[in-house]
Amino acid sequence: MSTVTHTTEVPAGVTLPIYMDNHSTSAMDPRVLEAMIPFFTEKFGNAASRNHSFGWEAEQAVETAREQIAKLVGATAKEIIFTSGATESNNLAIKGIAEMYKERGNHIITQVTEHKAVLDTCKRLEKHGYRVTYLPVKADGLIDIEDLRRAMDDKTILVSIMFANNEIGVIQPVEEIGKLCHEKGVIFHTDAVQAVGKVPVDVVAMNIDVLSLTAHKIYGPKGVGALYVRRRNPRVQISAQIDGGGHERGMRSGTLNVPSIVGLGKACEIARVEMATEAARLIGLRDRLRHKLESALDYVEINGSWEHHLPGNLNMSFVYVEGESLLMGINDVAVSSGSACTSATLEPSYVLKALGLGDDVAHSSIRFGLGRYNTEAEVDYVADKVIGIVLKLRELSPLYEMVKEGIDLSKIEWAAH
Amino acid sequence: MAYSDKVIDHYNNPRNVGQMDKSSDEVGTGLVGAPECGDVMRLQIRVNPETQVIEEAKFKTFGCGSAIASSSLATEWVKGKTVAEALEIKNTDIVKELALPPVKIHCSVLAEDAIRAAIGDWKKKNNVAETAEVAVAAH
Repeated sequence: MSTVTHTTEVPAGVTLPIYMDNHSTSAMDPRVLEAMIPFFTEKFGNAASRNHSFGWEAEQAVETAREQIAKLVGATAKEIIFTSGATESNNLAIKGIAEMYKERGNHIITQVTEHKAVLDTCKRLEKHGYRVTYLPVKADGLIDIEDLRRAMDDKTILVSIMFANNEIGVIQPVEEIGKLCHEKGVIFHTDAVQAVGKVPVDVVAMNIDVLSLTAHKIYGPKGVGALYVRRRNPRVQISAQIDGGGHERGMRSGTLNVPSIVGLGKACEIARVEMATEAARLIGLRDRLRHKLESALDYVEINGSWEHHLPGNLNMSFVYVEGESLLMGINDVAVSSGSACTSATLEPSYVLKALGLGDDVAHSSIRFGLGRYNTEAEVDYVADKVIGIVLKLRELSPLYEMVKEGIDLSKIEWAAH
Repeated sequence: MAYSDKVIDHYNNPRNVGQMDKSSDEVGTGLVGAPECGDVMRLQIRVNPETQVIEEAKFKTFGCGSAIASSSLATEWVKGKTVAEALEIKNTDIVKELALPPVKIHCSVLAEDAIRAAIGDWKKKNNVAETAEVAVAAH
C-alpha cells in the first residue's frame, strides 16, 4: 500500500496553516486597524455633515485618506472617488464612461484575461448596443500593442486594460497603452487592483485616465475601494450609476464609509513608504520558491511573462498532476489552482487557456501569492511540501508513467467525456 | 471543498496502485478519460482463466481527490468478484460509498467506465462473448 500523505517537518517559527494566497485577499496590517478604530466609536460623524465638529472631523479624515491614495498613484486628491471596492470601481468606470460618451462612439476595447468585473460589465454593455473588442494575449500573457492600435476606430471611446493580472501576475505595457490612447483621444481605464502598492504606478507618466483600486489587496479592509478619475488633460466625466445625495462630485452617492476609507488611506501610505523594500523581499522569496521547485521536479512550467511580473506572484503548472488533488495534499497551505475541479463552473482557468496552454496544463496549475507576512521559513516549508506531494501524485499518475515510457500523449485517442 | 473521510482515506492511502503487463492474456486494461478533462484513469484486472474471477486489480489515476478515491475503491471492489459480478458495479454505488457531492458524480461514472473498459479489453483478448451470455454462463 503506497501512501500519498507526505510528512514535511514543520520548522521553528512556522505556524500552520500558511496563507500564500495574497492575490485573493490579504491580512489587514495592524497599523491599518489601529488607524481605523477611533472612527467606529468616538469619531463616528458623517463626512457630509457640514455644520458640526463630528462631521468636520470625519471629513478631515476622509480628505487625509484621499491625499494618501492620490500620492501613491501620482494623482491629486480631488481625482479620487471612494467606492465599495474594485468591482464597483470597474463597473462605475466602464458603464459611466460608456453612458457619458455615447454620443461620441459606442466602441470599447478590452482584453481576454481581464477580471470578470470588467469582462461581464463589457458583456452587459454589448446587450445595450455597444461594440466590444476583446484583444487576445500572447503566450506570455501580454497584449500586442499593435493589436490595440489596429482595433481602434473612430467610434472607440474607451480602452480598459488591466495593470497586472490576478492569476499569472503579468504586468501589461500600461505606459505604451496610455500613450497610444492619448494620441488617439481615447479614454484609458486600468484595473490596477493587483498593481497598486506592489509596483510603481503613476497616472500622469503612464497616461492613465481612470484607475480602479481596492484596499483589501494591500493589507487594508474589505469593502472599500477607489476610482481615480482624471480632472485635466483630458477631463474625464463619468455618469453616476448610483443616484442619491450627490456625494463624491456627483459620481457616487452614498454616505462615506469613514473607518474603511481611513484604513484604505493608511494602507496606501504604508505601501508607498515600504514598497521598494517589500518588493525586493518578495522577489527574493518568489525566486527562492521557484528555484526550489524547479530543481526538484521535472515537467514544471512557469505561466506568464517572467520579465513583466508582479513581485509576489508565482503561477506554476505541475504537469501530469491535477491541481485539486495537489491542493488536497497541501491542505495546510492556502494557495489557488487553475484546475477546473476547483472552480464552480468546472472549467479550467480562462486566463491560462488564453495563453494557449492545453487544458491539461491549466488543470495542473497552482498560484502562489506571496505577501507582506510570508517568511523564508514558510517558503521552504511550502516548497518541500509541494515537492513531496507532486512526487507522490506522479507515482499515481498514468500520464506521468506513459510520458516517462516515451509515449506521446497527443497521439492517444482520448475518449473525452 | 469538504471531502468525506472515505475520500480522504483513499487519497492518503490509495489501494492497489501500480501496473500489470498489459500484453498478458490474463490482463485486461481500461484507460478512460482525457487529460483535457482533468481526469484519466487506468484500471487493470488479472482474471483467472478457469474461474473468471478477478484475482488482482491495479490502477493509476490523474485527477482530483474524488477521482483517485473512486478508482482506488473500484480496484478493491472488483477484486475477488467474477467478471460478470464486477460488471454489476454501478457508479451510484461508488457515489454512495464515498459520499460524493453532485459535482463529483462524473468521477464515479469514470470509475464504472474504467471497470467496463478493462473487462472489455480482457474479453476481446480471450474471445469471450458479450456481456449477456457471460452473465448467463456465470450464473
